[in-house]
Amino acid sequence: MRDTPVTAAARGLLSCHVCGLLSRRGHNGRTLHCPRCSAPLHFRKPNSVAHSWAFLIAAYILYIPANVLPIMETSSLFGAQADTIMSGIIFLWHSGSWDLALVVFIASIMVPLLKLIALTLLLISVHSRSTWQPLQRAKLYRVVELVGRWSMLDIYVVAILAALVQIGALATVNAGPGALAFGAVVVLTMFSSMEFDPRLIWDPLQKERIDHE
Amino acid sequence: MSEMQQEPELSDIPEAVPEPKKRFSLQLVWLIPIVAAIIGGTLAVKTYLQKGPTITITFKTGDGLEAGKTKIKYKDVEVGLVKDVTIAKDITHVIATAELKKEVTPYLVEDTKFWVVRPRISGGSVTGLATLMGGSYIGVDVGTSKQPQRAFTGLEAAPAVAMDVPGSRFQLHSADLGSLDIGSPLYFRRIQVGQVVSYELDKDGNGVTFKVFVAAPYDKYVRANSRFWNASGVDLTLDANGLKLDTQSLMSILIGGIAFQTLDEGGDAAPTSSNTAFTLFATRDEAMKNRDTISQSFAMIFNETVRGLSQGAPVDFRGVTVGEVSGIHVEHDTRTKEINILVDMRFYPERLRSRAVGAVPDPKEYRAILNEMVAHGLRAQLKSGNMLTGQLIVALDFFPNAPKANVNWATNPPRFPTTPGSLVELQATLMQIAKKLEKLPLDEVVGDVRQTVQTLDATLKDADRMIRKVDKDIMPEMRMTMEEARKTLGAAKQTLSADAPLQQDLRETLRELARTAQSLRVLTDYLERHPEALIRGKQEDKP
Repeated sequence: MRDTPVTAAARGLLSCHVCGLLSRRGHNGRTLHCPRCSAPLHFRKPNSVAHSWAFLIAAYILYIPANVLPIMETSSLFGAQADTIMSGIIFLWHSGSWDLALVVFIASIMVPLLKLIALTLLLISVHSRSTWQPLQRAKLYRVVELVGRWSMLDIYVVAILAALVQIGALATVNAGPGALAFGAVVVLTMFSSMEFDPRLIWDPLQKERIDHE
Repeated sequence: MSEMQQEPELSDIPEAVPEPKKRFSLQLVWLIPIVAAIIGGTLAVKTYLQKGPTITITFKTGDGLEAGKTKIKYKDVEVGLVKDVTIAKDITHVIATAELKKEVTPYLVEDTKFWVVRPRISGGSVTGLATLMGGSYIGVDVGTSKQPQRAFTGLEAAPAVAMDVPGSRFQLHSADLGSLDIGSPLYFRRIQVGQVVSYELDKDGNGVTFKVFVAAPYDKYVRANSRFWNASGVDLTLDANGLKLDTQSLMSILIGGIAFQTLDEGGDAAPTSSNTAFTLFATRDEAMKNRDTISQSFAMIFNETVRGLSQGAPVDFRGVTVGEVSGIHVEHDTRTKEINILVDMRFYPERLRSRAVGAVPDPKEYRAILNEMVAHGLRAQLKSGNMLTGQLIVALDFFPNAPKANVNWATNPPRFPTTPGSLVELQATLMQIAKKLEKLPLDEVVGDVRQTVQTLDATLKDADRMIRKVDKDIMPEMRMTMEEARKTLGAAKQTLSADAPLQQDLRETLRELARTAQSLRVLTDYLERHPEALIRGKQEDKP
């Protein structure tokens, strides 16, 4: 095709997210507003990478307590018990339901971790203006976006159990501090991927530097 | 196509409205990782600070121990969790690794005890029932030592008394376990004041050592002169005073128990310190009677049979038991080529109490007293204790006429002088009787007897002759008479038999007589109706 693909940003054009009005960028590089609905305008999401990094780092930090602290506290006639995600998986594995163990492992440990790694990879590549495999990276981003909400599975289970199993002295299920951390990790990664502007993957392909504020 | 259309419109696109740049723009988003870091950091610090010590406890068996599940509880409050249960390298025991809470760190000392709480029924109590439902846990009893420790050996059963209960521990020695067990009660004046904490076989296997716990404030009643006895079961005594039934409590009848009492005499001895050793007597009577704390062994040589003398036989002095026989041996003296019977006795000098004012004299004084007594003729002698069973006893008595002797203190045990026993004297008497019997005129007596016998023989012969005569002369006549009698009887029998002619004649006659009587009756009847017939004669019947 062409050496320099035509993008709106390359042409100095901005599209309003609210009313869809296309406007030209002036020469006094400031924060811009839509001339029609006066919504803020920008070529790329402002501070996208920085925000994304912030959420990602927070998610990384909380990933540790999410896995170390008990996610569910069960107390019954036979004594109280606090389970972390991993101890639940080990229990499932030992009790013979390896398939269930595998599902929980993938959904609760692998997916969040892979999401964190994928986002890290995307951010680093964007940061270094890498031109490596932009299409693959764009696909990866879409997968991350898609998978995001499904990681809340554990939290749903714990929330439902904690609400249902409250039979006084016989059995009680409470969410542990790990559940909070885990939920925070999922939400933070979702924010991180939301903040990330996938157009940045393609920007290094432009020859000329785009001043995106 | 679209590009071609777009190109000319570019100038028509309105210009975006610029806004004056904000002077202050704080990237608020960076607060999120900071908050997350603070939360994570606090959690990490908290976890690190809360992380208690890790200890290892060895058990004989892993029964009831589950990694990650079995809890460690002190006074039923959770203080830790078993993290791992493995088998020791020498596979003789199980090692449980447990993580404890930080608060209990100062209590992990040398004598802190751990045991697995399992349901247990003993000593009249049921414990650990909750473990049936909730699984077993490890109990802790905090020690008093200051020496910290991290590796412990688990007990097989819970200690009967927790360390923090005030009181004292004492040791009791007994010949056997009896019906006692860990947790068996200890009574003082029938109040339960403690219990048996543990028992073990003595190293030499000769007895059992109990450890008992007496709770405060009762422990001050255990004094140096206290006596402990096994109060298990029922003590039934039948003596001159009648029937006496002695028991402690229903509990002790069922599960056994120990009682103690302080001797009345000797005043109030000072309360004893912990771990003092006492003897555990079998019965109360034995406990209160046996007051010998000093015993002196003696050996005695007897030149007579000791059949009937047994170990434990009493040594008495004019009927009062002052010791017991502790052993009987046969000794071959290589110098004198003699075989002696050596009897060991245990002598309780305290029983020969001096009336002199003052406390117990020391052993040396006893020696002097004993030497003096022997000089005055104190000797040991074998005596029959029971005529029926032939049991022997060793009797001490004064024999002023006995040859001089003294106690040989040089040998071990010292030799006590003896004098031949009453049995030997009896033997001598029997010999004398035998000799007297020998002197009797036996020959003459035998001659007289023979003459008498001869006379008797003649008399018997005469009698025999007479009998023969009777046989020869009288018997044939007798027989003939008998035959005659038999004949007579036969004739009589013939006459009287049913088919004899006499009988038949008689029967016919009788029949005739009956007929006659009948005719007579007809006649009389007729006459009654026709009395005139006598005069007129019989009238013909009119048709």
